[in-house]
Amino acid sequence: MSTPFYVSPQQAMADRAEYARKGIARGRSLVVLQYADGIVFVGENPSRALHKFSEIYDRIGFAAAGKYNEYENLRIGGVRYADLRGYTYDRDDVTARGLANVYAQTLGTIFSSAAEKPYEVELVVAEVGETPEGDQIYRLPHDGSIVDEHGSVAVGGNAEQISNYLDQRHQDGMTLAEALKLAVQALSRDTNGSEREIPAERLEVAVLDRTRPQKRKFKRISGRQLGRLLEADGASTASEAEADAEAEASDGE
Amino acid sequence: MDFLSDHQPELLPGNKKLPPVQGAIEAPHGTTIVAVTFPGGVVLAGDRRATMGNVIAQRDIEKVFPADEYSAVGIAGTAGLAVEMVKLFQLELEHFEKVEGAQLSLEGKANRLSTMIRSNLAMAMQGLAVVPLFAGYDVDREKGRIFSYDVTGGRSEEQNFAATGSGSIFARGAMKKLFRDDLSESEATTLVVQALYDAADDDSATGGPDVARRIYPIVTVITEDGFRRLSENESSDIARSILERRLEQPDGPRAALL
Repeated sequence: MSTPFYVSPQQAMADRAEYARKGIARGRSLVVLQYADGIVFVGENPSRALHKFSEIYDRIGFAAAGKYNEYENLRIGGVRYADLRGYTYDRDDVTARGLANVYAQTLGTIFSSAAEKPYEVELVVAEVGETPEGDQIYRLPHDGSIVDEHGSVAVGGNAEQISNYLDQRHQDGMTLAEALKLAVQALSRDTNGSEREIPAERLEVAVLDRTRPQKRKFKRISGRQLGRLLEADGASTASEAEADAEAEASDGE
Repeated sequence: MDFLSDHQPELLPGNKKLPPVQGAIEAPHGTTIVAVTFPGGVVLAGDRRATMGNVIAQRDIEKVFPADEYSAVGIAGTAGLAVEMVKLFQLELEHFEKVEGAQLSLEGKANRLSTMIRSNLAMAMQGLAVVPLFAGYDVDREKGRIFSYDVTGGRSEEQNFAATGSGSIFARGAMKKLFRDDLSESEATTLVVQALYDAADDDSATGGPDVARRIYPIVTVITEDGFRRLSENESSDIARSILERRLEQPDGPRAALL
């Protein structure tokens, strides 16, 4: 019988972390920003079928970078957890903190289990509050830790550079159009510092809007509405945003 | 629902062990639900009374619920079980929508409800039946549709109008005489309140509009724009105008003889 090579636990963990980080870095980055009326998710996504952002529950949204089949698994798990909680107790008893804890447990277990390969995913779980102070954003790296974020967060390949860029420019109380533009600027910067144009149809955008009259605050923004928001310049943004809100309210969607 | 039955089957309404019982169980029962289609949508309405034997258990119970954005359920039968069934039904529709990223078809929703009623058959045999009425706007066919059920989960699509519950025979008679193909939304809402008034007139378990306590029927409208429940003011306006006419003509509007 051959003797296996000895690998120190430190080395084994470092290798696994390296593997996961490389996998995540291959995917495109995405950003999650707070704005005056909620939280906006922006990412570059050429596919219309495979979403990076989705609704988990009334006030909770989910964003993921990395391998699609792995985060889709986690997303469905999250929806099940949230729906079961809400059905057993009450809709108000489903919180982003609880959900983030479940994700952290799952990711942590998979990361340190020798039987499985680590998941190559990085998640963001966000909950919109009644006021901007009540907003919660949690970032969950591949190893099962939880980072409580404020204002803006970026995950995926180019995350560090993008989040530096966002940290310098993001302010509290931005309008949706301002936040969206900032996010697109941040995403269009390449690793080598040069900029490229991301056309609107390659963007995936979703919001958790606290002003929505419905219980479920998650909404995707696409097509004409997205084009309008991207074109709006500083002066007219406020009124445009209001017009959008009204149009949406009458949508009843 | 599959997930629930694997992991926490005791949460499902059909899976509860029943104690052996002698005689009928006394539990609050809901009574009359009516629905009518009009060009562009469907109206679903219910009275507010729950009875337990000959006692009025509750005067202001709510028996019409949104199932999702484009459909609603009205419940007749054992109130506790029915409310729980609706809760699970709402959850299933929402869960499907979130996991799949698309809504179930109206037909799919109606079938799902049918299975849920079927799973309650054992309790129905002991007198705890739940018989809902399901109405929704079919976004593919662009019209309102109504589905009625029996205790075994048998599903049938109804044309134009339908009623369920103890007062349904009287309500159906009223609707048969009042229905027309070209009803507007406001005429359709008036029609359902008329039908509920007639049901309450002849069925002791159905409650009429209670002006003194300001308890009026729940009226909901589902159109292309989604589900909408009429505000208390709107439904009180309808009920009061009907009441006023009935002070002169207690049996309501007269249909032509020929």
